[in-house]
Amino acid sequence: MSPRQLSSTAANTPPIYLDNQSTTRIDPRVLEAMLPYFTEEYGNPHSSSHAYGRIAAAAIEQARGDIAALIHADPRAIVFTSGATEANNLAIKGAAHFARAYPQGEGARDHVIALQTEHKCVLESCKELEREGFQITYLPVEPSGLVSLAALEAAISARTLLVSVMSAHNEIGVIQPLAEIGALCRFHRVLFHSDAAQAFGKIPLDVEAMKLDLLSVSGHKIYGPKGIGALYVRRRPRVRLLPLIDGGGQERGLRSGTLPTPLCVGLGRAAAIAGDEMAEEAERLRRLRDGLLRNLARRLPGLRINGNTERRLTGSLNLTLPGIPAQALIEACPAIAISTGSACTSASVEPSYVLRALGLSDELANASIRVGLGRFTTAAEVEFAADALAAAASGLTGRGGTPT
Amino acid sequence: MHTGRETYLDWNATAPLRPEAAAAVSEALASWGNPSSVHRRGRVARRIIERAREEIAELLGGVDPRGVVFVSGGTEANNLALLGTDRERVLISAVEHDSVRQVLPTAETIPVDRDGVVALDALDRLLAADPRPALVSVMFANNETGVIQPVGEIASLARRCGALFHCDAVQAAGRLALDAGAIGADFISLSGHKLGGPPGVGALVVTGDLDLASLVRGGGQERGRRAGTENLPGIAGFAAAAREAVADIAAYDRVRALRAELEAEIAVAAPEAVIYGTDVLRLPNTSTITMPGVAAETQVIALDLDGVRVSAGAACSSGKVGPSHVLAAMGVEPALAASTIRVSLGWSTSEADIAHFLDAWIALRRRHRGFSERARAA
Repeated sequence: MSPRQLSSTAANTPPIYLDNQSTTRIDPRVLEAMLPYFTEEYGNPHSSSHAYGRIAAAAIEQARGDIAALIHADPRAIVFTSGATEANNLAIKGAAHFARAYPQGEGARDHVIALQTEHKCVLESCKELEREGFQITYLPVEPSGLVSLAALEAAISARTLLVSVMSAHNEIGVIQPLAEIGALCRFHRVLFHSDAAQAFGKIPLDVEAMKLDLLSVSGHKIYGPKGIGALYVRRRPRVRLLPLIDGGGQERGLRSGTLPTPLCVGLGRAAAIAGDEMAEEAERLRRLRDGLLRNLARRLPGLRINGNTERRLTGSLNLTLPGIPAQALIEACPAIAISTGSACTSASVEPSYVLRALGLSDELANASIRVGLGRFTTAAEVEFAADALAAAASGLTGRGGTPT
Repeated sequence: MHTGRETYLDWNATAPLRPEAAAAVSEALASWGNPSSVHRRGRVARRIIERAREEIAELLGGVDPRGVVFVSGGTEANNLALLGTDRERVLISAVEHDSVRQVLPTAETIPVDRDGVVALDALDRLLAADPRPALVSVMFANNETGVIQPVGEIASLARRCGALFHCDAVQAAGRLALDAGAIGADFISLSGHKLGGPPGVGALVVTGDLDLASLVRGGGQERGRRAGTENLPGIAGFAAAAREAVADIAAYDRVRALRAELEAEIAVAAPEAVIYGTDVLRLPNTSTITMPGVAAETQVIALDLDGVRVSAGAACSSGKVGPSHVLAAMGVEPALAASTIRVSLGWSTSEADIAHFLDAWIALRRRHRGFSERARAA
């Protein structure tokens, strides 16, 4: 099990991978850091009385520190989870359940605000709370995909407990004005949670400057392992949650279960690398993306970009090719791995609820593809992909499509 | 006195990764797609997961693979079983793992006898006393003592009263040949890292056609029972470890013989030592031993200095050293319980490991007794 073996296994000409929002290839440097903890250093990190356990525990604390450093947080505020989905569930349901169990002050805080365009796991957590009697506002977004701060402020009431806004979007890549939202939330004494699965390691995040109370991160979106994520839980002023998973009381009682040392180490290393290379990587992806866009726009005149074109992740694009069904386009390009949207829902034939929230018709939403460039994407791959997409799109148009 | 030799006898805390599991993890890391993606990378990842589901079904003697719900580990599996059913009453044994004990404050406790075995008559009375539909949760084998519960009989009692039965088989899986039919449970919890798979993965196996409310919600993975992008390498490694455990189950006959040797030597060398559960069915690998008068922490640290890794009980209490609820439930005096360590063996434990442990343990006892005698003389 070595990085070398890994690359040779993957050498059977896989399709060009432009679906980096869905998951990313593990960075060989991350893998190298993890391997010893799979094999030699296998102690249970909670077995503090023997050396094997202590070695594992020290590695986990180093990882916790690397994750914390990337968001300017106290390492003790980092709670490891099995991924961003669990982190989002823990943040939203944990804060709501705590507020219900231990009401503070005069009025009940039983209202949660989330954008209509949040990831499914945020929306599903909210729906669960709704069934339990909480009030949820699913806030519409601007056609750009950005939140309207005025609409957000208008939605906040004395009963509002928490606002959940995704840092950077998994389908359309837009980056929300986190510092402004944080200031608004702090002013109204409302908890601010952000799902940063796509943003962590790709854009600067600062839990102090942005006044974030809860922040969810993921390993496998930043060239780290699957099966690991984390939730930042503010300590000052202290944010209280009820755990989703109880037991041995690990992670300060917020998340029980034996910590998976190699996965924690992998997330820590992935975070450290992302921090070191963020600016350079974002710039490289911007150039690749601009090249791809220019190339496609020249050959596909009706091409539209979904979501704000300035405030976005540099590697992420969501494109509508009017008149060209996305599913047919993807099938016509077997050499490229792209998707119509979130992987969690990509098997469904429903048009993206995110694009509909931006005001796209079903027809246009169904003519949209998501392109995600990543750390291992090369200029040659992007060029090939542009050619393949343009050729396939022209072919589909030629077969009777009516481009607008 | 430390010879540089390392002896790991804390297998109930975690086991080393089996080589087959390491290979499967490595291979799955290379197929790094998102199993929910419809493109080829996604489909390859999906196939790995569905094959793994079949391997886990085989670990339990061949259940319906569709009942296997992959989760992040044994703790989550136990939480999901207790919280995912909507039973108004939950009955748990007094010796359950914290991941069962800490979940529902309203859970009622089924007592155990002095060997740590669930009192069936007490369970019967508890079930009869309240007509509300119940969930009974009793582990297959205890993590601290290895004592095995009469799960088949518990299942019959539960069924007769219309109760569901959840069995935490985290410590038993891979060490005994298991058969879901004979266990008779509606839900069975499994952990990857206890049987030589990677940490961070486990499963709750639903043996019948039962609904389960998801603890973690989102993209609808695992047939709506557990959201989140699947831990692909973890799942692949877990399945490979399970397959290897089934194939190599005979290794535990050898482990059982090693434990018998260990316990016989202790009995000869230290007549005052107490070993628990020796009169009832136990896992072949676990030995729970009291050295009266020497604090468990002192023993564990002294053995650690000699290169022998054991523990004072469950590892998950994360540093907190408290009295063992398992030994307390068995009626063990607090002073004895506080001087008890857990020695747990695994498939690669050797004669030399046992000899190393015995040398260190006996030397520790001798040092301590010498000290006590000198103290008394002075």
